[in-house]
Order: sequence, then structure tokens, then C-alpha cells
Amino acid sequence: MDTSIKVLIVDDFATMRRILKNILKQLGFKNILEADDGTTALEVLGKQDVDLIISDWNMPKMTGLELLKKIRADEKYSKHPFLMVTAEAQKQNVIEAVQAGVSNYVVKPFTAEAISEKLKKIIK
Amino acid sequence: MDVKLINPFISATTNVLGTMAFINVQTGKPYLKKNDVAKGDVTGVIGLTGVAHGTISVTFQEKCILKIVSNMFGEEMKELNEEIADAVGELTNMISGQARKELEEAGKIFHAAIPSVITGKNHTIAHYTVGPKIAIPFYTDDGSFTIEVCFER
Repeated sequence: MDTSIKVLIVDDFATMRRILKNILKQLGFKNILEADDGTTALEVLGKQDVDLIISDWNMPKMTGLELLKKIRADEKYSKHPFLMVTAEAQKQNVIEAVQAGVSNYVVKPFTAEAISEKLKKIIK
Repeated sequence: MDVKLINPFISATTNVLGTMAFINVQTGKPYLKKNDVAKGDVTGVIGLTGVAHGTISVTFQEKCILKIVSNMFGEEMKELNEEIADAVGELTNMISGQARKELEEAGKIFHAAIPSVITGKNHTIAHYTVGPKIAIPFYTDDGSFTIEVCFER
């Protein structure tokens, strides 16, 4: 797994951004950006090239699903790895995310191993 | 209140605390809560809609939540602050999500709002609906916390 890539973590809870950042650092990732909702994430993506997006679903201003749809509509990010990490665990949520083009889906709560396994499936 | 609405919150809580904070919890006996005063120092509240309207709250004693968050971060947390409040919100979010997943398997679909957090000694919890409040106490080696479930009649 290429850990030199640039990662953007999107979650309105700083706690979750911190936990995910810790896990990514343990896996060897060094280039980690953060955003506290979908709107801020789009601003970051407009200024920097990002290789992987890890996003929550339920956020103010713009949800993770809305962010995913906007990213997939952008040719630059239409095929970028996008991991949804969310407490939304109902079947319809997963279906909607898959239909919108999510690369993979992790339900909170999660272990570091679960994150690692999912990332290995979507990152070269 | 239907016990089938309560049990998913018990299993969700055990799962979330065990997975994210590596903490084993003991569940106490649920009871009908008669007042609005929180049984702890910081509370996460989340509104639910769907087959019924209601709210759940999770109230932690200070010592308990400091231990939980210390375990989640891998770093000792020493005081109640914005970081702790934020963590309470996320824990409430995760408990709600897991409980809703189990309720879905029983044919009950719920949606949740973004949680809010209240802090301070003797703070009160304003549930969004009028209905019986079922309180479920949980015990850890470092103190206790209480989940309240309130669904409209």
C-alpha cells in the first residue's frame, strides 16, 4: 500500500479526525489533511491535489454523500479512492453510497485493522 | 416502553465502548427516570425520527469519560474540555448508529440528527419528546455512565 499519498479526512467531529489520523500515521501515512465538513473539503480539494478521501456521512452544511456525488461529478476526482467511515449502518445507506460511487465503506465503531484492510483494497 | 426498543442501545453501547475505548461495561437494571437532572457531568443528546420520534442521551461521570477518551486517543486526558465534549458527541453518534442498525433488523427504521452536547454539574437534559424516560446505568472500572431513551407515547 502506497503510504506516500496525500489523504484528506472529512468529519465534523475532531475526535474522529484525530483517531483516523492516528491510525493513518501508524500505517505510515504522513501527508494528512483535515476538513470539518463537505464544504470545507471541497475548498481543500480546490487548492490541493489529494489522492484519497476518507469521509463521514452526517455533517452540517454538506453530508459525506453529497460530497461524494460532487467529487464523482468532477472529472479530476471521478475515480479517486473514497472511503466512507460513518455511523450510518443501515442497508439503504450502503446502497446509496455504492450507487454514488463510494470505493469502500466502514461502519463506526471500527478497529485500526478494519481501516487498514479497507484501505488496502482501494489503494495501490 | 417496548423492551425491544431498549436492548439495541445496550448492545450498541457495549460494542462502541469495547471497540473504540477497549473498555468493558457492566449493564445495570433499567428504570423509569422521573426528573430531568443528568446523572453525570457531560451529556450527548441525539434526536431520532422514523417509526417513532424520540431522543437518546448518554451522560458520563467525569472520571469515566476521561478514561474512555484517554483510551480512544492513547493519551491521558486530565480535564473536561472541548475535546472531551466533542468525543461525547461522537460516542453518542456511534451508539445511535449501532442501535439503529439493530433496530433495522427488527424492521424499525430510524434516522438520527447530529448530536449536541451539554456540560456542567447538575445540568438538565431536555428530551425532545414527551414520553417515559428509561434510564440504563452502565458501570466501568473508572466510574459510570447512563443512557436515557425517551420515545413519544
